[in-house]
Amino acid sequence: MNKVFNRIESIVGSVITVKALGVKYNELAEITTRFGKSLASVNKIDGDTVSLQVFAGGQGVSTGDEVRFLGSEMQVSFSDDLLGRIFNGSGEPRDNGPALTDNLKPIGGPSVNPTKRILANRMLRTNIPMIDMFNTLVVSQKLPIFSISGEPYNQLLARIAMQAEADVILLGGMGLKYDDFLYFKDTLAAGGALSKTVMFIHTASDPTVECMMIPDMTLAVAEQFALQNKDVLVLLTDMTNFADAMKEIAITGEQVPSNRGYPGDLYSQLAARYEKAVDFADSGSVTVLAVTTMPGDDVTHPVPDNTGYITEGQYYLKGGRIEPFGSLSRLKQNVNGKTRKDHRALMDSMIRIYSAFKEAVEKKNMGFAMSRWDEKLLKYGELFENKLMDLSVNLSLEQALDLGWEILAECFDRDETGIKSDLIEEFWPVK
Amino acid sequence: MTENKGKVISINGNLVSVEFEGNVSMNEICFVLVDGVALKSEVIRIKGKVAQIQVYEMTGGIKCGDEVEFTGEMLSAQLGPGLLGQVYDGLQNPLPVLAEKAGWFLERGNYADGLDSEKKWQFTPTAKVGDILRAGDYFGTVPEGAFTHKIFLPFGMLSKYTIKSIAEAGEYTVKETVAVVTDERGREFSLTMCFNWPVKRAIRCYSERLAPKETMETKVRLIDSFFPVAKGGTYCTPGPFGAGKTVLQHTTSKYADVDIVIIAACGERAGEVVETITEFPELIDPKTGRSLMERTIIICNTSSMPVASREASVYTSVTLAEYYRQMGLNVLLLADSTSRWAQALREMSGRLEEIPGEEAFPAYLESYIAAFYERAGYVRLNDGSFGSVTIGGTVSPAGGNFEEPVTQATLKVVGAFHGLSRERSDARKYPAIDPLISWSKYNCVIDSKKSDFLKGVLLFSDEIGSMMKVVGEEGTSVTDYVGYLKGDMLDSVYLQQNSFDLIEANCGTNRQRYVTDKLVTVLGSEYSLNDKDKARTFFNSMRQRFIDWNYTEFESAEFKKAEAEIDSLYKEGNGSISKQAEILLKGGEQ
Repeated sequence: MNKVFNRIESIVGSVITVKALGVKYNELAEITTRFGKSLASVNKIDGDTVSLQVFAGGQGVSTGDEVRFLGSEMQVSFSDDLLGRIFNGSGEPRDNGPALTDNLKPIGGPSVNPTKRILANRMLRTNIPMIDMFNTLVVSQKLPIFSISGEPYNQLLARIAMQAEADVILLGGMGLKYDDFLYFKDTLAAGGALSKTVMFIHTASDPTVECMMIPDMTLAVAEQFALQNKDVLVLLTDMTNFADAMKEIAITGEQVPSNRGYPGDLYSQLAARYEKAVDFADSGSVTVLAVTTMPGDDVTHPVPDNTGYITEGQYYLKGGRIEPFGSLSRLKQNVNGKTRKDHRALMDSMIRIYSAFKEAVEKKNMGFAMSRWDEKLLKYGELFENKLMDLSVNLSLEQALDLGWEILAECFDRDETGIKSDLIEEFWPVK
Repeated sequence: MTENKGKVISINGNLVSVEFEGNVSMNEICFVLVDGVALKSEVIRIKGKVAQIQVYEMTGGIKCGDEVEFTGEMLSAQLGPGLLGQVYDGLQNPLPVLAEKAGWFLERGNYADGLDSEKKWQFTPTAKVGDILRAGDYFGTVPEGAFTHKIFLPFGMLSKYTIKSIAEAGEYTVKETVAVVTDERGREFSLTMCFNWPVKRAIRCYSERLAPKETMETKVRLIDSFFPVAKGGTYCTPGPFGAGKTVLQHTTSKYADVDIVIIAACGERAGEVVETITEFPELIDPKTGRSLMERTIIICNTSSMPVASREASVYTSVTLAEYYRQMGLNVLLLADSTSRWAQALREMSGRLEEIPGEEAFPAYLESYIAAFYERAGYVRLNDGSFGSVTIGGTVSPAGGNFEEPVTQATLKVVGAFHGLSRERSDARKYPAIDPLISWSKYNCVIDSKKSDFLKGVLLFSDEIGSMMKVVGEEGTSVTDYVGYLKGDMLDSVYLQQNSFDLIEANCGTNRQRYVTDKLVTVLGSEYSLNDKDKARTFFNSMRQRFIDWNYTEFESAEFKKAEAEIDSLYKEGNGSISKQAEILLKGGEQ
């Protein structure tokens, strides 16, 4: 019953209109142009005038091109065959594998009933001390990585993908540089993690509309794996590109912009994606880590700002390190009391002393005399930055805690750290 | 349900245009029938024979020509016994029931009654045959948890009614007839224990609305002593993300001195609702000795749920609050966050192609916000008892900038402003309410002169603090430096409060009065401290002793011991009280 139309009434940006009856809102259509086929989705119906968003963009679409309505909304095939595969925003293979069309599942589905969620309470180990020890990632948490362009955020994501204790990894790339795409592919292959990974990749040269599909495709697949009792880790990079794609399309569609050109529903749109993070009662989970680049290191820019209101904390990547001050995992309290009994106390003290170190550096830079205490702080700061903060450090939580004690012992006397005496008694390294 | 039907003629997001035949009223509820599912919607604009409706669900799959059924009724909440302890979505569907019907996800078109129609309630009549009833009068009661739930003549019945028959005491469901009344023209009406009320209309079945006077204790020292909220008053808490808005509301919902708390999680994280649902049934309400959940209603329309019902959720919550106020109870409504509600209005306004106001918010934003907060109030009811609805709303200003339209519109209508600052939250000073920008028009729990005196200490300290940033510690006199230390100490021992410690978080009025008296003495005294190092050491140990004092149970032996520590240090420092502080402590007399 697929209806075919070959009279396109108007083409504006990536939106075309046709005269058609009986078309459903959000329905998918296939348009055949001289450059090949592209999917399009219905985004407005006014009487018999149907507007469609063409995934491949409006370029080269002719008024005489053929539009065929498919009768269903955008779907994604789901099975274990997805593992190890790479797709684009339309769900077509980007590798040389076969197209998958079985067991189609809708994307952008309804949200989880809050009474079917459980309180996040399991730690997700990454073996990165700045995460595990200081801002523990929790299963089902949604956390952005706030970063300036140029920071090694994709390297960080790739490392987390390889080291995190997750059953399945979903990688959604939006506006990715082709080099970065290759980097992910090669790193995961070399690390042997490719076989548990599914990638949905939109590179910077692909059509904008496809960029908008990436999070929904990725999260729909993640949700399906989670319902099969799998712990899924979703990595998205970069959500600012996703927001910019939305902006571009909203403006072309003559929507009234609200803040710096972004559409008024930016918050709802971002939230609809991030809220897919879930720990199902009696089933698996979805954890979301998403890179958000901050134009001009401005955290009040609409994208990081709205993201901050949605997510459960943020990792702040600056100068190639995860900054201990701007970063926050709101859920860490749920888990870090159950790891090792010195975890919380050591975390608090090391950060407190590190902040004293920052003050000492400031004093030094202003030319004030350094006291003996300041000298100790400077030594501590240097050790802390090199041995724990550096992104290349790869230690289990327990090793990191032990190392923390060693660093303290190397710089300070037992009673200078402000840690409770019974913990000092038990953990202070004996030389 | 009327027989009135219509047909879909255009679809744009969740805005659908419908061509109809008979009469359609503004804000009427209708259902769009798509693939055998009925999607709840509301009429928001009528032009000729075309009604524009906002659909409370995702609109995928709707096509031109799909049928629309009009109900003739406005969006209503079902009022009656059984509301307490429930977890509802924005349209008053109980979420646990939806989960039983549909499983993991909130499938569209899946609705359920707000009240359990099977459950039996122990009804006791309080009126007899021949009694006259007016809107707002009640004719029976049922016990609901710790409360006596009054059964009212429906608020929408506006004339005078005579009771023709009334059920005997016994067990009834909310749908069984418990009374029959006749109006002045002799028409009969059967009454059950529940009825519907349109959520966008305020319930005004009381004799008089009074000015809010009595302070609502929140047990947060900074609020009760400096920026209090009155029962029946309104307040707002704007702040950037991560400043602790939600934690503050969470603490308030646990400790506030009210009968019933309604939590409206409007467009916020689902995880936070899960936390409340998990935690509250385990906590005991000290007032009633029952679980905290029994005094709580949660209305949650989290950020990923459809936007149109986010708008409705705010009105549903305030309607339930007003309903319990009619029973002579004090109700606190916590709305988190009103900015998300305003954004829902903005999204709809954009689709309606209205001329945008500032930051694309609709021009009627201010009047909508004002009308919402005005539904709070302290009232005298028909039977002479008093009840109140207090509204506290958080605001999430873009970029943490309070100049934006939602914050400004809210500040115009509320009675207290608790501004959270990034600076304070970054310094881990919680609650991060900035005492220098916040204000309140209500009475605080301590003597207001003492409150002003302590605020003065803070202000002076802040001035010295900013001066010191320029001239350095060296350039500051010892007297000024002591003034700076005093404010700093007040901040750390009284303004900051650990909301995770049971004793510390629950600081009652008597304790606040007692502690502020001590603070007036300590901060209103001169000491023989002749250099800055000595001054710093003195105030540091004073601070430590006050903090230890805070963690002891009020009036316990440890409390007295810790207080004695403070007194002895005060003596060591040769404290001599100033004239001003002495007068304050004597209650203003010379």
